[in-house]
Amino acid sequence: MTRLRFDLAAIADQIGREKQGARVLDVGCGDGALMAALEADHGADVRGVELDPVKVERCVSRGLSVVQGDANTDLANYPDKAFDFAVLARTLQTTNRPDKVLEELLRVADVAFVSFPNFAHWGTRAALMFGGKMPVTNALPVSWYETENIHHVTVEDFRALAAKKGAKITAEWNFANERAIGPVGANWRAEYAVFELSR
Amino acid sequence: MGPPPIRKANMTRPGPSKIHALAMPLALDSGQVLEGAEIAYETYGELNADKSNAILLCHALTGDQYVASNHPITGKPGWWERMVGPGKPIDTDRFHVICANVIGSCMGSTGPASIAPDGKPYAMRFPVITIRDMVRGLVALLDGLGIEKLHAVVGGSMGGMQTLSLAANWPDRAQRVLVLASTARHSAQNIAFHELGRQAIMADPNWQDGDYYGADAKPDNGLAVARMAAHITYLSEEGLTEKFGRRLQDRDAKSFGFEADFQVESYLRYQGSGFTQRFDANSYLYITRAMDYFDLAEEFSDGPGGGKLADAFAGTTARFCLVSFDTDWLYPTAESRHVVHALNATSAKVSFVELSANAGHDSFLLPHDQLDRVVRGFVE
Repeated sequence: MTRLRFDLAAIADQIGREKQGARVLDVGCGDGALMAALEADHGADVRGVELDPVKVERCVSRGLSVVQGDANTDLANYPDKAFDFAVLARTLQTTNRPDKVLEELLRVADVAFVSFPNFAHWGTRAALMFGGKMPVTNALPVSWYETENIHHVTVEDFRALAAKKGAKITAEWNFANERAIGPVGANWRAEYAVFELSR
Repeated sequence: MGPPPIRKANMTRPGPSKIHALAMPLALDSGQVLEGAEIAYETYGELNADKSNAILLCHALTGDQYVASNHPITGKPGWWERMVGPGKPIDTDRFHVICANVIGSCMGSTGPASIAPDGKPYAMRFPVITIRDMVRGLVALLDGLGIEKLHAVVGGSMGGMQTLSLAANWPDRAQRVLVLASTARHSAQNIAFHELGRQAIMADPNWQDGDYYGADAKPDNGLAVARMAAHITYLSEEGLTEKFGRRLQDRDAKSFGFEADFQVESYLRYQGSGFTQRFDANSYLYITRAMDYFDLAEEFSDGPGGGKLADAFAGTTARFCLVSFDTDWLYPTAESRHVVHALNATSAKVSFVELSANAGHDSFLLPHDQLDRVVRGFVE
């Protein structure tokens, strides 16, 4: 099996540390890489939600339980605390109302993991400041007019949103060049961030 | 082996299917009891020693048990040969596939054309049945075959209703539940189209209150109209436009009459008359009734029209997969999502995908690579 993408690997490791056989909901599960790893390595009972029917088909044909659905609307159908963990990897910035999606994650699960590209990374800032154009970077490779990212967010923004929603940040990972970096100056230095939250 | 000759009005045993005589009378939802019922079925692939590789396929309204073998009346290939067979998505090299004609139908299982204990066809004396009654018959067949737990139950359209009914009412009988282009309840629009078909049959003077089995003529015209109306609901506007447009049939100009000027008219007439060769009008009445009565949530409630669908699946351990098609307006995607949401609410293991296809409801029967991969992967 191919290695998990770095943000997904951090989430998988953390879930494995906290609970074997956990119930997990992966919102925006893509081709199901995290789901498959959680099932294989940690005996987790995983469900996925994915918007793209081609990716859903790929998941179902590899034996994963994935529902074609929309993070903006379809989380409402899950009962409260139906899961131990809910995962939203690189999807928050594509939703209509990230604040409401975060609420829903913390409603359906005890613990939520959220990963996103950090818009305050120095490369992004420099591109905007000196180029005067919407940044196209490693983490944000698509032009402004065709990107799915409609709500760009920074590490500091996310911390503020979590505080406003009364969610405790229980762990945080930051990445640059696909490697973990320390928390100091993360809002400048991190290309990607992963947060673990609970209420 | 060539197809046997076309049979006339009484079509009780048209084919070479295996027949299972039910050991017990079948107690029906109506409160009536069906005595001495028989189920005609076909199997494909070997049953393994511990009987753990059986897949039950449930057929649609006018379907039958000839999934992957020639139809004995029409001589045409089985209705799902592209999906079921050696190396196919439902692989008969690995699985033992069972498909039975539902009770109320006319391809060998007991239905209105069958002979009642008094030696005459049941006709309209046949009890009104439900989808759950059909599944009772199927479960009795599985009991007779000694199959306690199905590897999977699979069905499209009305077959999907049976599949959901089995999963809800006999939750220990199937490990996997695959539902294609189906619904957990018949909508007002669904009922309306069926009522149109039934009225067409009953308005045919040859229907004779259902007692036409000994007569020279059957209510073929009424049955053909019923089929034509239903057939429209199986197709999409897009599909019809692509296939026929406004093209004329075998002529260069409109006839200013009422012949089949348009290709689409000719096609529907052909579909209608072909159908009367292989299907019994009374069976059409009974089976459409059963579909109209279907409301799985209501079965798990105290009164008519009530109930939460989630209650039907409470505590289920089966894995579910639902597939809808974007041009299916008979059982649109919203109906599949309704089932998915109920399953989400019970924390069941469920997959769902809406596939894109332009053939409307019939898409589940037609070539579709993504569908093949989903079916193969889910049934595994």
